[in-house]
This record gives sequence, structure tokens and C-alpha cells, in this order.
Amino acid sequence: MADQTAIETAEAPRAPTANEALLAAVLGAIPEGAVLGSQVARGAEVEIRVRREALHAVLQMLRDDPRFAFQQCMDICGVDWPGRPERFEVVYNLLSMTHNHRIRVITTTDEATPVPTVVDLWPSATWFEREAWDMYGIVFEGQTDLRRILTDYGFEGHPLRKDFPLTGFVEVRYDPERQAVVYEPVKLTQDFRNFDFLSPWEGMTTLPGDEKVHLNRIGRE
Amino acid sequence: MSLSTEDTPAAGGTRTVEIDSHTINFGPQHPAAHGVLRLILEMQGEVVERADPHIGLLHRGTEKLIEHKTYLQALPYFDRLDYVAPMAQEHCFALAVEKLLGIEAPIRAQYIRVLFAEISRVLNHILNITTYALDVGATTPSLWGFEQREVLLEFYDATSGSHYHANYFRAGGVLKDLPAGLTDRIAAWAEQFPKFVDDIERLLTGNRIFKQRTVDIGIMTAEEAMEWGFSGPCIRASGCAWDLRRSQPYDVYDQLDFEIPVGSHGDCYERYLVRIAEMRESLKIIKQCLAQMPGGPVKIPDSKIVSPRRGEMKRSMEALIHHFKLYSEGYHVPAGSTYTAVEAPKGEFGVYLVADGTNRPYRCKIRAPGFAHLQAMEKLSKGHMLADAVSVIGSLDIVFGEIDR
Repeated sequence: MADQTAIETAEAPRAPTANEALLAAVLGAIPEGAVLGSQVARGAEVEIRVRREALHAVLQMLRDDPRFAFQQCMDICGVDWPGRPERFEVVYNLLSMTHNHRIRVITTTDEATPVPTVVDLWPSATWFEREAWDMYGIVFEGQTDLRRILTDYGFEGHPLRKDFPLTGFVEVRYDPERQAVVYEPVKLTQDFRNFDFLSPWEGMTTLPGDEKVHLNRIGRE
Repeated sequence: MSLSTEDTPAAGGTRTVEIDSHTINFGPQHPAAHGVLRLILEMQGEVVERADPHIGLLHRGTEKLIEHKTYLQALPYFDRLDYVAPMAQEHCFALAVEKLLGIEAPIRAQYIRVLFAEISRVLNHILNITTYALDVGATTPSLWGFEQREVLLEFYDATSGSHYHANYFRAGGVLKDLPAGLTDRIAAWAEQFPKFVDDIERLLTGNRIFKQRTVDIGIMTAEEAMEWGFSGPCIRASGCAWDLRRSQPYDVYDQLDFEIPVGSHGDCYERYLVRIAEMRESLKIIKQCLAQMPGGPVKIPDSKIVSPRRGEMKRSMEALIHHFKLYSEGYHVPAGSTYTAVEAPKGEFGVYLVADGTNRPYRCKIRAPGFAHLQAMEKLSKGHMLADAVSVIGSLDIVFGEIDR
């Protein structure tokens, strides 16, 4: 998932495709320093990564500039990369019906840093931002209605984070004695079986019983 | 509701009655809520002031589950999103994985997928129109409609072995070829279907009560529909000639001849009319698919991605190993991300799929059309009567499987 620029100029000069032309035009319209990376993925999907501070201005420009005219914000979602310094990606998938093109705008954030809301640009953003808050705990600055949306009333935690277990923490059942629905900690009769299919020949570096060799190798490096 | 009345009637026998706004709970167990919608309605008398849909009562964590499954195991979850038209969702996921793998299904498989995507569209529109009519007071259409749906579901059954949760499309084609004689049965069904649409139209299109309940209710202009993220029949009813099958064609849609019905007014009635017209267009596509479908394989020949045939497995060690590897480990998808959208019956159904090179999706965000449509509930029903909110919900074509995921 490294940033890469897919516009290759090594070959003989050829006319840029519609997507490449769109990307070039978008990059030309964005002030210097706001874009962290861009690519035309597989020649079909335009993707730019922008700084969080510049996000709102870039999205507004994409909506209002008649060359781009992204009237529709089809989707906003989070992606969790726990290993990165800013663990969350916020992904905006925009669509222009007049020009029939799409663009994907990606910015990053962490648990504490808010992302500017785009609800003033597209009213449809409210539920998408609520969902990103609910699922990942991404905070949107300026969003006045940042309630949970998909999880239960009184739910704790953000279930789509990679460190949230698949089974969750609580389960509900109807208790006939108390005549109420009660929440209890999850009890598993059998551990969730999450197989690791990476075979020792490709993925694993330390074979069972072979730790010493591995540690020696690390020491040498 | 609080009624505060003045104790002494004013002269002339009239008295002032102040009705405060009050809140009612519409659903989650209400037949007109089309599933588990809890709608908090703030009413001013009989008039809707605010509508706040509470969703998530059917949230099953599909996206989280998919992150823990192989690509092959992830596919059945798509049947369970919009369970009214299962194969349309499968189509989207299959296309997304194909994009990341850089493969393309054989031409016959593409025709089969389009054929069943259109059957799904008819399935969906029959259910929507008839239950919508039920919501506003007409019983007969749903009785007739379910008869047709049953026939179509038998086609699902014949080809995939399952009435609803088909699990039929694959990255790289479809599970298996159509059984012998199925195309004839579909053709025979297609012959009698226009009469059914005519009958429904005779019951509803000119019906005075139906029109009173739907015309000029829940109007969405084209600009509003765009900024609220509408798609599918809902945005076409508002006057935008936008259809992904035409504008961003996938599979063999670019070789098929069909019209895109467009409304102008964007009210509940036009959303109904667009769906009726779309059923007729889908029928055209189905007939063309049957006529043009070539022979040939229905899966790509790459045994690292699609499973071998059962007969082959009995004889070939290689095939047996491939089968074992595919159904335990699955195939690995190269790192990358894609947003792939199809024109599902309800609108733009999209999958934002992030692959990290392993055998499981790293992230699979499902963009359901109904999610965006339901969000505009307040915009559409504000200032209308309570009974009109029911019309609006029906016309938006809400299914909670896909909204709550």
C-alpha cells in the first residue's frame, strides 16, 4: 500500500487516459504541499492522499470546480492500520454524474485528532461520519450529530478496529427470571478458530523449536 | 400529547386548543417500517416536524466478519445484505475481487451474471411495488406479485441450489453452468410476464386512492437528490438520467439494448412509475441475454482461483490439491484497493475493498444505496402527514439487511 505515482513516462509518449488527465488536472488545482501521494490504481481508479488540514478545502474545490463537479459523495469510511503512526484512514469516494468520473480522497488521523466534517458540502455525509465514529471512533469536527448509528444503545468500544475481538465483549439474552434482556460477558465454549494459513515456507520466520536460530540471525543483522 | 385548554370557553362557544409537539415511535415492529426501522417522529398534530430514523437493529457486523473470512467465504454474506435481490450484491463483490486479481470472467459467465442480475432486479421491484401498495392500502398486488416472485426464485433454486441465499457468483465467473432446460423455462416466464406488469399497472397506476397517497408526496429535486447521495430509481425519478449499467458498464451491459426510464418530478408516485418501467426494461435485457448467450466455459481456467470440477477431482491428484487449498486457505489477492459499484435494484451498491496480499480482505466497506436514501427521510417527510411518512418509506425501497449490514 505504498504511495506510488502510477503515471509512467518511461514508455513512448502516449496520450494520457481520461483518468490520468483527471488526476493531472486535480493535482494542478490543489495548492502545493496538500497532496501526500496520488495514483491511478490499475489505470481505472483515481486516488489522492491529502493532508488532514487541507482536506476540507480540497473536497470543496472538487465539488465546486466545474472541471471536476463531484456533486455526489457516495461513501465515507474508515480503515484501521494499527501499525501506523496515524492509524486511521478516512476514505471519501466521490462521484461526478455530469462528467461520469470518480475520485477517491484519503486522509489520515488517529483516535484523538478530529477530521473536519464535510456535512456542509454534502448533507449525505452525516450518516457516513456517524458510522465512521461508531465503527472506528474517528471524530469529525463540526459534525453536530455525532451519535452512534449501527451499534446498540449504550454500546462501548468501536467494533471495526483491528484490536476489537470478532466475538465482542458482551452478549445479550432474555432472562426469564428477571423478565428482561440482560447483558453478560461473552462466554465461549470453544475459542474462536482463526487459522493462520501462511505456510512456514513463506510467512513464518520462527519455526517452532527453532527460536534460537532465529534469535541468532536477528543478532547478526 | 398534551392538550391545554382554557377553562372558560371564550364568547361564542369557541375555545383555544394548543397542541404541543409530541413524539411517537414508529416501529421497530411495524409492518410498514419494512423491517426493523425505529423511526422517531416529532409530530405537530398530524404533521411530521422531525423524523429521526434509528437504524442498526439488524446490525450483524458483516464487514467485521468478512475481514476474518477468505474471499470465497466472504461472498455468501452479500446474499444476506439486500435479501430481496441477493445476486445483485454478489455481482458487486465478484467484480471487485476480479479487479484486484486482474482477471475477467468468460463471456458466457458474464451473460449468466447479467441475466441473474436482471432477474434479481425484477424480484426486487416486484416486492417493492407490491408491498408499497400494501402499505397504502391495496392488498391484491402483493398476492399476485408473490406468485411471480416464486417462479423467479425457482430459477435461483435451479441454478444455485438455493431459493434466496444463492452464493452463485464467483470471482472469475459463476459456480456452475445453467442446468439443462432452464433457459427455456426463463423464456416461457418472460412470455407471460408483461401481462403481469400490465395487471399491476391496471390496479395501481390510474388508481385514485393510490395516486392520492403518492402524488406530490416526498418530492426530491434533482439537485437535492444528488447532494443526498441518491442513486438508482430514486435519483432517476428526480430527473437524472443516471444508470451505472449505461454510464460505467460492467460485464456485458454495454452490448445490450435497453432504455433508462427517467421521471421529472421526484415524488413517491414517480419512483413507483420508474420501477414499473424498469421491470419492462429488465425483461428486454433478460430476453437479449437468452438470445445472445454463447456457449463456452463459465469460469476462468486458472485453477489457483476457481475450484476444479468435481469429476476431475476424482481422477486428478492436482485437482484434489487445488480443491483442498482453495477451500481451506483460499486464494491470495494482491495488495491494493478498489471501489467497485454496480447498479443494484435499489441504486448504487458499492464495495470498497482493501486487500493486503493475504487470503482475506483487509477491509470491506459496503456502500448500501438504502443507507443514503433513508438518511433523507426527514427531508422527504417534513411537513407531510403521518400516513405520508409510510408512503415515503415504501417508495424509498428500504431493506434493512443492507442498511444495517
